[in-house]
Amino acid sequence: MLNRKKIQDLMNEPGCATNQAKSEKDRKKGCGKQLTPGAAAGGCAFDGAKIALQPITDAVHLVHGPIACEGNSWDTRNVGSSGPELYRRGFTTDMTNLDIVNGGEKKLYKAIKQAIAKHNPPAVFVYQTCVTALIGDDVVAVCRAATQRLGTPVIPVEAPGFVGSKNLGNRLAGEALIDYVIGTREPDDAGDYDINILGEYNVAGEMAIVKVLLKRLGIRLRTAITGDARYNDVAAAHTARANMVVCSQALVTLARKMKERWGIPYFEGSFYGISDTSEALRAIASMLIQRGAAPELMDRTEALIAEEEAKTWAAMEPYRARLAGKRVLLYTGGVKSWSVIHALQEMGMEVVGSSVRKSTEADKAKALERLGGDEDKLVDAIAPRDMYAMFKEGRADIMLSGGRSQFVALKAKTPWLDINQERHHQYAGYQGMVTLVQQMDLALSNPIWEQVRRPAPWDIEE
Amino acid sequence: MALIVSHGHSVTSNPLKLSAPLGASMAFMGMDQTMPLLHGSQGCTAFALVMLVRHFREAIPLQTTAMNEVSTILGGMDQVEQALLNIAKRTKPKIIGLISTALTETRGEDMKGDLKLILERNPELADIKVIPVSAPDFSGSLETGWGKAVTAIIDNLAEPASAKQQDCNRVNILPGVHMTPGDIETLVDLVEEFGLKANVLPDLSGSVDGHVPDHFIPTTYGGATVDSAKNLGRAKLTIAIGEHMRISAETLREKTGVPYVLFDRLTGLEASDRLMVCLSTAAGKPVPAKIRRARSQLIDAMLDGHFYFGGRKFAVAGEPDFLWTWGKLISDMGGELVAAITPVHAAHLTELPCQQVIIGDFQDMEDQILEAGGADLVISNTNARLSCQALGVPHFRAGFPVYDRLGGAHRVHVGYRGTRDLIFQLANVLIDNPDHGHGPVPHSAEHDHAAAPALG
Repeated sequence: MLNRKKIQDLMNEPGCATNQAKSEKDRKKGCGKQLTPGAAAGGCAFDGAKIALQPITDAVHLVHGPIACEGNSWDTRNVGSSGPELYRRGFTTDMTNLDIVNGGEKKLYKAIKQAIAKHNPPAVFVYQTCVTALIGDDVVAVCRAATQRLGTPVIPVEAPGFVGSKNLGNRLAGEALIDYVIGTREPDDAGDYDINILGEYNVAGEMAIVKVLLKRLGIRLRTAITGDARYNDVAAAHTARANMVVCSQALVTLARKMKERWGIPYFEGSFYGISDTSEALRAIASMLIQRGAAPELMDRTEALIAEEEAKTWAAMEPYRARLAGKRVLLYTGGVKSWSVIHALQEMGMEVVGSSVRKSTEADKAKALERLGGDEDKLVDAIAPRDMYAMFKEGRADIMLSGGRSQFVALKAKTPWLDINQERHHQYAGYQGMVTLVQQMDLALSNPIWEQVRRPAPWDIEE
Repeated sequence: MALIVSHGHSVTSNPLKLSAPLGASMAFMGMDQTMPLLHGSQGCTAFALVMLVRHFREAIPLQTTAMNEVSTILGGMDQVEQALLNIAKRTKPKIIGLISTALTETRGEDMKGDLKLILERNPELADIKVIPVSAPDFSGSLETGWGKAVTAIIDNLAEPASAKQQDCNRVNILPGVHMTPGDIETLVDLVEEFGLKANVLPDLSGSVDGHVPDHFIPTTYGGATVDSAKNLGRAKLTIAIGEHMRISAETLREKTGVPYVLFDRLTGLEASDRLMVCLSTAAGKPVPAKIRRARSQLIDAMLDGHFYFGGRKFAVAGEPDFLWTWGKLISDMGGELVAAITPVHAAHLTELPCQQVIIGDFQDMEDQILEAGGADLVISNTNARLSCQALGVPHFRAGFPVYDRLGGAHRVHVGYRGTRDLIFQLANVLIDNPDHGHGPVPHSAEHDHAAAPALG
């Protein structure tokens, strides 16, 4: 339909080993699972695109569609900003009957104009949705006209919900950045120690932790794409010396294209878990050195890693006795599992299951190794009914997951910890693992569990 | 008398409106062993689901037909059929609420016609009541969707009763979407005080009231049943609450002949009096002493509380019947309504005691407050928080969604006692914040949200 070719191109990703291992036919299906009507969960492509771009904090994000797309979802993701708050505002054309009959292009143009007049943003992102795509509103043309006439970059994001999953939407957002944003500004302060982090959205403001680590090494984060980002920094992202991709399924295509176009090397890494954080810092240092940074950067990196690792294990030590032997169900999407598994095991905890829904084959292999080759512990998805049974039968003491599944655990009177985008604690970097361990201990040791599990007096059998 | 005006902007900034399919889904939350199914992209369901989960803090059953590019072009009948069969197989519900969205309505899908064919050729669906609801996002708002779903449930399930089946002690209750599980529970108690039996449709107090079942249930657990919906025709009287329930009450009357009384609200002395007279008449019994006592307590609360409302400025933003209920309470207590914002047109709002009602968004609320030189209190859902932070105005959370406060499901707004407690809650906030609204809106740090007390 609208951008069939672009979507097909996205289905073929030379930078992804999983993708390349597939047959031609399987590749066309994309990396999301085929959706089953009546048994599907998860967001649409529009959702994914918005997640990937909305953390650009100083831009207007305008959703062109009927009310559900923005009215039911604005300001619900807990992504932080160290400055502008404009990104938290919800903007939509709120298309109603008559707008749909008449076509929405004029309304969209006026909406762009009004938003710019009121907020004077450096850029406006316009999101296409199902209904406006269906009635044939030419969002690209409207954005082009608005950019020319109003003098503010207006970027079309063509990811209506029906084209596919959240993941596809992430990647379509990456396309919008490469087509319209990255490389449009030349900064006057580019240097040998600049990097970008792709696929990092600053959930719970945890990028602050990463920034501090990088700063101690003299490395500057030009921008995250797009956590706590400013539009002009994203526009200048092409001047960085290296890219780190933290959520590889979402933005690896963007990383590859940046390498092809501007020669920026990239690697896939994670800031979740102690060993992963160390690995990531080493990889950043080595890439920067290859591209002109002084070789002593590696010595400083190793020194920092040694210091931080020792400090972190020491900080976690008091919890070891309290957590040892507890069984954890790790039910996550985006967070790289294996490195977290490693840290939990170091605390003496048993990981009874880990989902690998969004992990790459390499990640799965690493996770499997960590779990002692027990395939049963690696799961794609657990049906809520089975999950509930796991808790009821006492096969897991705590679940770490996202908000959707929390009530499966809580209703089974089992401790639960949010490790998804609605959480309020920072779990990244070295310090983040200490926080995670502290939070797990708080959850497990809370006195309510004993109270709520005790039967009512009249239900106790004599 | 208020003038109703549209904000007239092409851009909606910080939307107040929620989608009609979301309202329709919520109505099915009040039906027992039910699975609502949105006929649209999976995002339609995901967004609604997240919002319902965060508001009620409950596991919410809600499915999608997962429309894709191909079915958007060729038609979604196969998607509907597969979805129904999958749900029937996996979760075995008694009711499936099949709700259309803007996507399927824009492409002109004949959902009801398709459903008829699907049911004919799939005998395994025979035991499930599939209730189709047309509630596209591009028309109306949360209340609209709720009203349409309740009407569809009545249309599909309610049956006229024979003279023998009629029960003169039975009263139907059709609550609006602005009523909490706590409101419904209280209303049922009041009805029972008069020796009457209540039949509530839909009944959120049975399902999302926060109870903990002892085994896993993939559908809703609790709420009105298929049988209770069938038996609506046996009642002597229907009590509907909120103008958006008129269509449901009317449909029920047409189908079963049960007359209805529509209450514009059940909050406030006068409104509660009307309810008691109605129940007393229906039961043929005097108002019980306990309730008379509660009335006296409300009068005392009004006497004690009016000092804190008089001359203070209030902003209320919400769905039409939410705005009506709170706006009237504020004016009953002597407060001034300086901003009244609602997402869709509703004729009865012309009777609100304020200058104008704006059909708009939270940006309009901010503008109105600035124009009025400030406000003492904003009454609205959690989405008003950005505006309240920006303006430094205290924020009393009410309505849907409220996801940054606990206990919303149990707050009571109806009857003498509910009104009494509301007056106390509001007055306490006003006592804590004595200085707002008497000058320009403060911008200094000490008036920022961080310093403002946690409310509502």
